[in-house]
Amino acid sequence: MEEFVQHLLNGLNLGAVYALIALGYTMVYGVLQLINFAHSEVYMVGAFAGFYGANFLRLTDKPGWGAFALTLLMSVVVCSVLGLCIERFAYRPLRNAPKLNALITAIGVSLFLQFAGQVVFGATPQFFPQVLEDRTLFQAGAIQIQLFDVTILSVALIAMAGLHYLIQYTRTGMAIRAVSFSFRSATLMGINVNGVIAVTFIIGSSLAGIAAVLVALKYPKIDPLMGMLYGMKAFVAAVLGGIGNFRGAVLGGIIMGLSEEMVVAYLSSSLRDALAFGLLIFILLVRPSGLLGQMKVEKV
Amino acid sequence: MNDKPSLTNNMFVGWVFVIAAAFAVALAAMGLNAYVQQILFYIAINIMLATSLNLVNGFCGQFSLGHAGFMAVGAYTGAMLSLKFAPFPENLGILNFPIYVIAGGLAAAAAGFLVGMPSLRLRGDYLAIVTLGFGEIIRVTVLNTEAVGGARGLYSIPGNTDFAACVHVYLWAGATILLLWRLVHSSYGRAFMSVREDEIAAECMGINTTSIKVKAFIISSFFAGAAGALFAQTTNSLNPATFTFVKSVDVVIMVVLGGMGSLSGSVVGAILVTILPEALRPLQAYTGGVDLRMVIYSLALILLMILRPQGLFGSREWVQFRFRRPRATGS
Repeated sequence: MEEFVQHLLNGLNLGAVYALIALGYTMVYGVLQLINFAHSEVYMVGAFAGFYGANFLRLTDKPGWGAFALTLLMSVVVCSVLGLCIERFAYRPLRNAPKLNALITAIGVSLFLQFAGQVVFGATPQFFPQVLEDRTLFQAGAIQIQLFDVTILSVALIAMAGLHYLIQYTRTGMAIRAVSFSFRSATLMGINVNGVIAVTFIIGSSLAGIAAVLVALKYPKIDPLMGMLYGMKAFVAAVLGGIGNFRGAVLGGIIMGLSEEMVVAYLSSSLRDALAFGLLIFILLVRPSGLLGQMKVEKV
Repeated sequence: MNDKPSLTNNMFVGWVFVIAAAFAVALAAMGLNAYVQQILFYIAINIMLATSLNLVNGFCGQFSLGHAGFMAVGAYTGAMLSLKFAPFPENLGILNFPIYVIAGGLAAAAAGFLVGMPSLRLRGDYLAIVTLGFGEIIRVTVLNTEAVGGARGLYSIPGNTDFAACVHVYLWAGATILLLWRLVHSSYGRAFMSVREDEIAAECMGINTTSIKVKAFIISSFFAGAAGALFAQTTNSLNPATFTFVKSVDVVIMVVLGGMGSLSGSVVGAILVTILPEALRPLQAYTGGVDLRMVIYSLALILLMILRPQGLFGSREWVQFRFRRPRATGS
């Protein structure tokens, strides 16, 4: 029982991270109907931004909340700029092109960042600096709660709450929702669609940056190919919850994290990565619109 | 459609041409060194991969990213079969090889059915991610299966002598082009293209879009598997590292560069993408041994999509003969 509770906590943590990345996929899909394959590479670059930034400012000399926040900030800024650049230079020229072309471009951007990353950062794994010191906060039998676990969960929750406020209670959020609802009507209502899409990319990429630092805190090994696996699982999470749906992405992420943790704990660790694809194919067969998504009938 | 007998509509002429071309290439290859011969093999195999992927990505308008996975299924099936089983006796041994290729193709086609069935019911975006995942799953499975060599790879796979191998490979490449050409110019081809142009309109015209997409996907997987089996025979060894995601992207580049919806474009794309890295090899001396190939490829993919999305050929063919291209209306 105690072991189960521990796995539950770990799964929840993992799920929160997946949810953060899945939100980025879902937001971009909402406004552009495009699977942003490059999102997982934004996540990877976020980790490296934190890595270089923290090393450059020697934040490991004085680990603590200040150093952690600064790392987080650097990662978010770099990711936002990168997301904005991807949107501006790769996706915007294709706004009116067939969807297949945009999809191929997205894959191209993803590959470019992966392989350029290997040239620039080096292909060998690096270790993320310790900007925060871990310690055990609470222990009861086999249940152990670390500072990192609490940090990851609370930062993720704060980010999600911020996103919720932004989407539901601000004018920008309303514009994003309008564009998601109908691209054309939003244009007719005088919404600056390009601006809204740019903001969406900034927000989505920032969330990926936050997720990257949170993961790197707990699993410090980072390399240019790290984005692919997390990105793919987060994508599955987004589809599981219903792509384009915000609550769905969070729900999907948490289900994904929990099921992964449980499968590894009680079945076999070699199933860890196969699970995501199995789950994806299962959803596509059973409920392609996802748990919270609504089946849209395509109209002529 | 076209009732008059023409060069491209006559199967017999087509086969004669394919057989003659295969022998011609093989005869020409005999005078060349082993390195160039190897590249000639790769060109034929890549032509098969590119034209078959074009059926799904170009003609059918779906997007598959796991061609290396199907190639791996075919390669390992063909190779394992050739190590265990030889239906023809020694003196007719040459006849065994096509059987392995067909077996590899059939295994890949079965895998294509399993992967395509759930994902092709939906819009194309999902296919990309499912096939990508499938390719990785196949590679990891092979990597962890000791019976097929695991990470060490599979060695001493039987292969033909140089001349016979070259004829065999080019016969298959020619047959692939011919069969796909006939297919896309048949009523099935029209159905594929109608799905690409507008799925709803296609459905209104009485086309079962899911079924037609799955058919295209199975045929495409068959040829990818056959290409894999041929790959195993010509290299005599297999390694899971060959069938990574990068290999799938290679094939996608060939198709996109040549032009989606153009078989001759895919052939040209396959030849270019096979030869270019070899020609660029001296460049590595300047980059300090860093392989910039994928960086260049991915950049080329983005630039192609933005600047010339139709590729070199668009949906035109090099040889038009008497077949008139249907004019695409609307967008």
